[in-house]
Amino acid sequence: MSTFVTLLVIGLSEGAILALAALGFVLIFKATGVINFAQGEFLLIGAYSFYTAFVIMQLPIVLALLVGVLVAVIVGVVVERFILRPMVGQSHISIIMVTIGLASVLSAIVQMFYGTQPRAMPPILPRGSVSILGGSVPVNRLWAIVICAVVLGLLTWFFQKSRHGVAMRAVADDQQAAMTVGISVRRVFALSWALAAISALIAGVTLADVTAVEMNIVNFGLLVFPVVIMGGLDSVPGTIVGGLTIGLVSQFVSGYMDPGLAEIVPYIVLVLVLLVRPYGVFGEKRIERV
Amino acid sequence: MTAAPDTARGAGPPVAPPALLSINNIEVIYDEVILVLRGLSLEVPEGQIVALLGSNGAGKSTTLKAASGLLPSEQGEVTSGHITFGGEDITKMDAPERVKRGLSLCMEGRHVFPHLTVADNLLAGGYTKAGEAAETLDFVYEFFPKLADMRARTAGFLSGGEQQMLAIGRALMAKPTLLMLDEPSLGLAPLLVEEIFETIARLNADTGLTVLVIEQNARTALSVAHHGYIMEQGRIMLEGEADALANNPDVKEFYLGVGGDAGKRSYRDVKHYRRRKRWL
Repeated sequence: MSTFVTLLVIGLSEGAILALAALGFVLIFKATGVINFAQGEFLLIGAYSFYTAFVIMQLPIVLALLVGVLVAVIVGVVVERFILRPMVGQSHISIIMVTIGLASVLSAIVQMFYGTQPRAMPPILPRGSVSILGGSVPVNRLWAIVICAVVLGLLTWFFQKSRHGVAMRAVADDQQAAMTVGISVRRVFALSWALAAISALIAGVTLADVTAVEMNIVNFGLLVFPVVIMGGLDSVPGTIVGGLTIGLVSQFVSGYMDPGLAEIVPYIVLVLVLLVRPYGVFGEKRIERV
Repeated sequence: MTAAPDTARGAGPPVAPPALLSINNIEVIYDEVILVLRGLSLEVPEGQIVALLGSNGAGKSTTLKAASGLLPSEQGEVTSGHITFGGEDITKMDAPERVKRGLSLCMEGRHVFPHLTVADNLLAGGYTKAGEAAETLDFVYEFFPKLADMRARTAGFLSGGEQQMLAIGRALMAKPTLLMLDEPSLGLAPLLVEEIFETIARLNADTGLTVLVIEQNARTALSVAHHGYIMEQGRIMLEGEADALANNPDVKEFYLGVGGDAGKRSYRDVKHYRRRKRWL
């Protein structure tokens, strides 16, 4: 029982972080139709820019977070404007190749400046552990769950209820019709990339706090693919459920079976989902009237 | 939206109110090679309903796309001439800017946002006038009580007629002074077509909304319009008061399908109108 609780909390926290990272991916895919292979690198950029502001420049944490947000927004908007906008109208494969290239460039830039050694960051979230139902649970994991849940809730609210969220969904549905009601498609694209970069920043910083600031964040970012495919690529609730499922499954496999197997189990889930429900567990069925 | 007097309907030479939209001698080219509009000019006076008629491929939709700024999204370009709206040159303006200034388009085929609810569709329609959205929403629901009943439904599952109502309602959310409708009757049953045109006439009469409508169904369109233009091959061929057009023998024959002497009709006459001499 005690192992179970510990694994449950760690799995939920990993899953929540994963869901947040994957939500950025889904935002971009929904609004602009781009499959962004560089989402993991966005986490990396987020974690390192926060690290630079917080540890190297010794800024207070709130200011450091603002610097992180600023860097995230700039990276997101610049990538959209100068790398993806010229690709509008190109085939899916070309766009995917571009984002893979972008991923290499971004991670190379980080390596150039910071090397490949993991960096230690002073703890941001409270440390120590509490005992829940006999299991010892790290407090920072609990905080990670809370933070991700709040941010996910805010993003979902933004997407469902706010004026710009409705505009983003409208653009996702029909770009030309969105233009006829006065929505600037370019601005919505820029907004989606910026939001994706911000959610990646928060996911990256939280992840860095519970693990370390290191290149491995990219590997964690790769897990967004099983998550979004399970969620159906364009569903916000699906992404959250997908993230939590992948997080939990890999923790339980690692705890009860084999840590090595835990590395690949998300991809086994991915293949199973594709075999059984190719449009994902929560995938939107296309509405077609004839 | 101010009510403009219904001037000169069918009474002698038109005493033209100031033109809200005027298109002056524009040329539109798609993909840098396909010339679709060849020197088209038309004017939409404030407070009137203007019908733009013509056969398939004449360039009607392209005209509306040029006016609403959608051409760049289809590799089209206005290469000469200019378009003014409310006295301002909008030839090169972005589509969203034109909506802000009061020029709205209801696209052909309705184009509602299929995965959004009716309410969210309308909300998206009010994007440029967010401050007044609640008020306008009340007006739209009052105008289309049916939409109010269906506000929580997903737009993609509505029937064609309901979607057309929604598309018009969504365009109204931007508080346009000129509403352009591209074939609102497309694919609808005759009764629904009547209903749509009644709605258009009512909007014009109640709120003074200026309307430019494209229609295949010339009879219905001319029955509510004040003024009509007939297009062929990227140019205006004929224009006039709606009543005069409806009684024009050529229009009757080609667009209303009733004119001419049935006994004497021959294919050669048709060719005479339709075809120009060619060398090759």
